[in-house]
Amino acid sequence: MAKIKVVHYINQFFAQIGGEEKADYPAELRVGETVGPGLAFAANFKDEAEIIATIVCGDSYFNENLEKAKADILAMVKEQKPDVFIAGPAFNAGRYGVACGTIAAAVQEELGIPAVTGMYVENPGADMFKNHVYMIATKNNAAGMRGAVAKMAPLALKLGKGEPVGASAEEGYMPNGIRVNFFEKKRGSARAVDMLLKKLAGKPFETEYPMPNFDRVAPNPAVKDLAHAKIALVTSGGIVPKGNPDHIESSSASHYGEYDITGVTDLTEDTYETAHGGYDPVYANQDADRVLPIDVLRDMEKEGVIGELHHLFYTTVGNGTAVASAKAFAAEIGRKLKADGVDAVILTST
Amino acid sequence: MHICTVTPISMTVGANRIVPAIAIPHPLGNPALKKDEEKALRRKIVMKALEALTTEVDGQTIFED
Amino acid sequence: MKLEMGYIHIKDIRFSEESRIQDGILYVSEKAVRETALEDEKLKSVSFDIARPGASVRITPVKDVIEPRVKVEGRGGIFPGIISKTDTVGEGKTYALKGMAVVTAGKIVGFQEGVIDMTGPGAEYTPFSKTLNLVMVCGAQEGIEPHEYEKAVRLAGFRVAVYIGELARTLTPDETTVYETCGLKEGIEKYPELPRVAYVQMLQSQGLLHDTYVYGVDAKRIVPTILSPTEIMDGAIVSGNCVSACDKNPTYVHLNNPVVHDLFEQHGKTLNFVCQIITNENVYLADKQRSSDWTAKLCRMLDLDGVIVSQEGFGNPDTDLIMNCKKIEAEGIKTVIITDEYAGRDGKSQSLADADTAADAVITGGNANQVVILPKLDKVIGTLDYITKIAGASEQTLHEDGSLEVELQVITGATNETGFNKLSAR
Repeated sequence: MAKIKVVHYINQFFAQIGGEEKADYPAELRVGETVGPGLAFAANFKDEAEIIATIVCGDSYFNENLEKAKADILAMVKEQKPDVFIAGPAFNAGRYGVACGTIAAAVQEELGIPAVTGMYVENPGADMFKNHVYMIATKNNAAGMRGAVAKMAPLALKLGKGEPVGASAEEGYMPNGIRVNFFEKKRGSARAVDMLLKKLAGKPFETEYPMPNFDRVAPNPAVKDLAHAKIALVTSGGIVPKGNPDHIESSSASHYGEYDITGVTDLTEDTYETAHGGYDPVYANQDADRVLPIDVLRDMEKEGVIGELHHLFYTTVGNGTAVASAKAFAAEIGRKLKADGVDAVILTST
Repeated sequence: MHICTVTPISMTVGANRIVPAIAIPHPLGNPALKKDEEKALRRKIVMKALEALTTEVDGQTIFED
Repeated sequence: MKLEMGYIHIKDIRFSEESRIQDGILYVSEKAVRETALEDEKLKSVSFDIARPGASVRITPVKDVIEPRVKVEGRGGIFPGIISKTDTVGEGKTYALKGMAVVTAGKIVGFQEGVIDMTGPGAEYTPFSKTLNLVMVCGAQEGIEPHEYEKAVRLAGFRVAVYIGELARTLTPDETTVYETCGLKEGIEKYPELPRVAYVQMLQSQGLLHDTYVYGVDAKRIVPTILSPTEIMDGAIVSGNCVSACDKNPTYVHLNNPVVHDLFEQHGKTLNFVCQIITNENVYLADKQRSSDWTAKLCRMLDLDGVIVSQEGFGNPDTDLIMNCKKIEAEGIKTVIITDEYAGRDGKSQSLADADTAADAVITGGNANQVVILPKLDKVIGTLDYITKIAGASEQTLHEDGSLEVELQVITGATNETGFNKLSAR
């Protein structure tokens, strides 16, 4: 099998050109050369990959001439047609870290060539780019070179070969917001006991799932004139016309339904049901108004409490459905409701 | 506005106007009640929801009885 | 309380004229187990089959998995309040048949029964690809309600498991382990230096087809209470639920609860395993509040230093989990929670429906939304008629070549939240 072709990016310091005084060194392509940390990568690759070119650039030059440096380096990488691009590792060098993150992400996004970089978790480049490109967590200085290369090189090989990449804990990259399954060495209960013993002893432990931050939106102003307002119903309780005509899944819904309720004054056992697989469906199947209160809203419409009930309702199944899918449904439903002149929405969930 | 049983989830995910419901499988009903009582209960919850929609709020608010 | 568990390793299951266990081989009289299963007139038919590890066999829709056991000494019998008379269990001597299970299957009743593959990629995710499975496919009488059918199949499975367990009564176990917990005062005197730890188990109790039973009592009607951790080994807790196959606890998991076993492993060494606390996951907010309040109160009254909380299911039970964690932590008790994730097929979504900063020590059983392709297998025990309806499947599930594209959700036990497996996520 042909060797994986690698292009490696490093700064002026690791190219042994000089320190801060040489940080304005412009981007330079050295075809066929393996420089500085590249030697450690080459040793780690054995016969599986070779560094076909090294790109050297001063840290100040890169950051002060960002657009030009980026464009120049992208052109150099493109010309070399590597299978994978490696930048750094940058350890705790701030400008170097930002340069590595910037260029690695750009190579991946603009050239479609997979990339990997590495740096210390507190390097400003880490927060900026860890969700854009695989970023190995390293020590905070070059004494950690061996450890950094030992993780970056195998990951680069996997990316170069197009093999699946494991979870962050296995591969050593910083968590990037994408949850990946893998098999641990111990079963979950034993890991729980270990974690509890550490927590009790006041020793450091690492949670397997850091708590997320959910979005917040500013509240909309109140509805001023209810008697003339158009109210719409939306539900995640899975209420659908009998037979579930659009086949909304009982769990992990991939889509939502839009149904016309013109002339419908009451949901009955014969006409509506729930597609939701996460709660006891008996009550909703008997009388779907228990989830989607169309009967009382029709009464209120007649009495003039509200202006009108929108003739369409929107429904999906909120059971194991990914937040990202729910968000996408909501955005689309929101646009439709707005276009239809709806003033307010009642969202019911189970 | 959001009608739901598990209001803590509604708070966590960020709804601004929240009205508590009866139970997860029947948020706007109670099968133990007679048909007309159940509908009256449902109307009460929907009225509460409309009250929420016509009330100015400056942050997440649960509209309880 | 002290319970001696005797383990008898089963190497094969064969159908035979007469039921017996000999040289590690379980011989089953089909006639006898059929009669045992059909004692309930709600069941019209039952067929038995054997699925061995590595065989090209798919079992679906799976309802429950049960390990046969027999109580040979001490009070009560297996499955107290359900099969045996109500009596407090967890003391004396019990034998378990290891390496095998009774698996109940049949026409779907909810949306959420599971799949067990005995070979291929699916087999890596279900713990029940490693057991010799005696599968019973149950057919219901015409016109019975889904929940009656569920109950009939559930009880038939227990009866058959108990019948098979009885065959071991006079055998000598291959292995023996003693599990013993102390009274409160005794524990403090015996292990003055060790942290006091309990296991808080949340039981699925969201309603019809989402239930768990404790000594025959529907868990949604309990308030949180304490058990000796040995009680579960005699079947004090059983599954009656069809929630997503990947993270419901089949009865097999209750009998072999890994948190109980791993805490016993450390008992008297690094911690003092005080007791098991059980609570529920009800559908009314007031119940959620009461149950989590009481759970935290029990933890406080027992003067605990640490607890492990396990969840069952997902969605609104995420709130029960977070409420339990928050309130127990607020009592100054260190807490570790075990859950699983619904992070979307791409892994990019928030994994839980609820969150709190108090939950800083989380063990995960993996992302249940992960997609796997299960290749066509030679034999199906049960039926594929409902495969697109199972939670985690879709209209696109069945490919032309007979393979199935599904989320891990459909696989029985795949992301179990008692920490039964090695699967995790980051």
